Amino acid sequence: MDLLTFMQQMVNGFSLGSMYALIAIGYTMVYGVLRLINFAHGDIMMVGAFLAYAVISIFNLPFSVAVLLSVIISALVGILTDKIAYKPLREAPRISLLITAIGISFFLENAFTVFAGGVPRPFPVPEYMQNIFNVSGVIFSTSSIMVPFVTLILLLAILFVLYKTKYGMAIRALSFDIKTVNLMGIDANRIIAIVFALGSALAAVGGIFWVINYPSVEPMMGVLVGLKAFAAAVVGGIGSVTGAVLGGFIIGFTEVVVVAFFPDMAGYKDAFAFVFLIFVLLFKPTGIMGKDLEKSRF
Amino acid sequence: MFTKDRLINLSIILLAIWFTWFAQHHFEEYTVRIINNVAIFIILAVSYNLINGVTGQFSLEPNGFVAVGAYVTAILTVDADGMLYQYDIEDPYPWILALQANFFWALIFSGIISSLLALSLSFPVFRVRGDYLAIVTLGFGFIIRILAINTPEITNGSLGINDIPQASNLYWTGGFAIVAVLAILNIIYSKYGRAMKAVRDDEDAAIAMGVNTFKIKTLAFTTSAFFEGIGGGLLAALLTSISPDLFTFLLTFQLLIIIVLGGLGSTTGAILGTIFVMAGLEWMRFLDEPMNIFGYQTDALPGMRMVVFSLLLIVVMLFAREGLMGKKELKDLFKKKKVDE
Repeated sequence: MDLLTFMQQMVNGFSLGSMYALIAIGYTMVYGVLRLINFAHGDIMMVGAFLAYAVISIFNLPFSVAVLLSVIISALVGILTDKIAYKPLREAPRISLLITAIGISFFLENAFTVFAGGVPRPFPVPEYMQNIFNVSGVIFSTSSIMVPFVTLILLLAILFVLYKTKYGMAIRALSFDIKTVNLMGIDANRIIAIVFALGSALAAVGGIFWVINYPSVEPMMGVLVGLKAFAAAVVGGIGSVTGAVLGGFIIGFTEVVVVAFFPDMAGYKDAFAFVFLIFVLLFKPTGIMGKDLEKSRF
Repeated sequence: MFTKDRLINLSIILLAIWFTWFAQHHFEEYTVRIINNVAIFIILAVSYNLINGVTGQFSLEPNGFVAVGAYVTAILTVDADGMLYQYDIEDPYPWILALQANFFWALIFSGIISSLLALSLSFPVFRVRGDYLAIVTLGFGFIIRILAINTPEITNGSLGINDIPQASNLYWTGGFAIVAVLAILNIIYSKYGRAMKAVRDDEDAAIAMGVNTFKIKTLAFTTSAFFEGIGGGLLAALLTSISPDLFTFLLTFQLLIIIVLGGLGSTTGAILGTIFVMAGLEWMRFLDEPMNIFGYQTDALPGMRMVVFSLLLIVVMLFAREGLMGKKELKDLFKKKKVDE
């Protein structure tokens, strides 16, 4: 491999890894407070992409407005799923929560299939996102620069919220012990709603980035990406936001690199995240940045 | 000798045998096909329930084991000429062509290979617990499907295997359903079954009481894989054509609805759940176009049934978490005193 191909793959890996990372943050935060694998999270990403698509192609609004609306509505959808499906089960065994999450996931996928059709639709990517730069042979698009950049900013924002604000402190407290937090006069349900809103908003951003790079929206698009993002969250150490971002980049990079340098393996691309996940769990059951599962989070 | 329990069990078995014979001879072809499906899904649901409900290990892999069983049966029962004719992507390996068996042995091999796979998977899989187990097993089901797509020399890739001899009839499906239910009930009521329930209720306490939890989990996992493999084989011989798309997570999801609706941990519940869900899916066909038995379709109003079914699952979890039977079995219903298991 020459340096040029290597650099090119680094650019692609950064872009893909950022998208996994954005979605993985939502998984890791929800798992941190509720100990729930939110199977519906990947579908929230799909909802975000669909909303952006709808705003642009049905209401003819500009791309930036579409992003804003999509992020806000996705956050509301996230809160809504929590209110309807997870909140009544706070005291229930975790398996019940997990099964409900799978139910929500299938509901979102199939509801969108019924009402939007299962056929992939082309996503109208604005032209200024498609500009191509050629820096001494390595090809950049606007999005491949923007995606990692925005991911970095959002990561810093999330870290700021978690460590510098009152709500962040409440979220971190919640990840230790929900019952005690309630005794301290904090409304746990409100904090959990905030966690869902933050995670879903990030998932929507991830979904929009995804359709900028792979410009088609369809109801099942969130399934595989969601699962890989979860694998990323676990690889990074579930419960740790920085770990989720790290895991996202690792999964994204390996996927790109394996396909680029071993074209024969391209067919196994989608299975790779899981193989990686299983290996990591075998040797480091709490992930790379993971601490002891019963101790502190974030 | 003839206690009340045994009389009830015996009469149910006789009734099932008589029903199988009667249905095969007197029902319409369409009805027979549905009953075939129900019988196969009873095998799948009851064995999935063993690992998920009885042992309490939330695993999401049955689509993988069903796929393995279906492919093994298909490869063993399609003859060499038929294989050479339909393997378009790559020619099949010579040893794949040489493998032949009659239907019974094909099914048994499906079960054995599926359970050997489960045995080898149990070493990495059971190093993790709870939610991690769910995601790792889901990953394995996924990997098996990817393998099926990417090894066209064995599985004919995404085209799948067609023209499988239609060997499944009610004697096979019904017979194996009865065998599976009896075998699994026998395990549940043995000392191993009690150990499984102990693992479900409190794993750490079970370890403290000297239960080898890894052995117990592996036993449940391989047993359930054995019958899932056989179920897959029966399914392949009923549908006569299989492809990787049949064995997506949707299959696991359907089985999950069945056992949750019936009551996680109850074999009777798994059987009732299968009957309700499969009958419900048939009845709800007006919601979208009839296509194939997994309810996965790509034409007009596709997936409406699955919308209803996912809502059903959520509603059951929210309002009737115990399902139809809870953890009770049929014989518990005949007892006056309350049974806590």
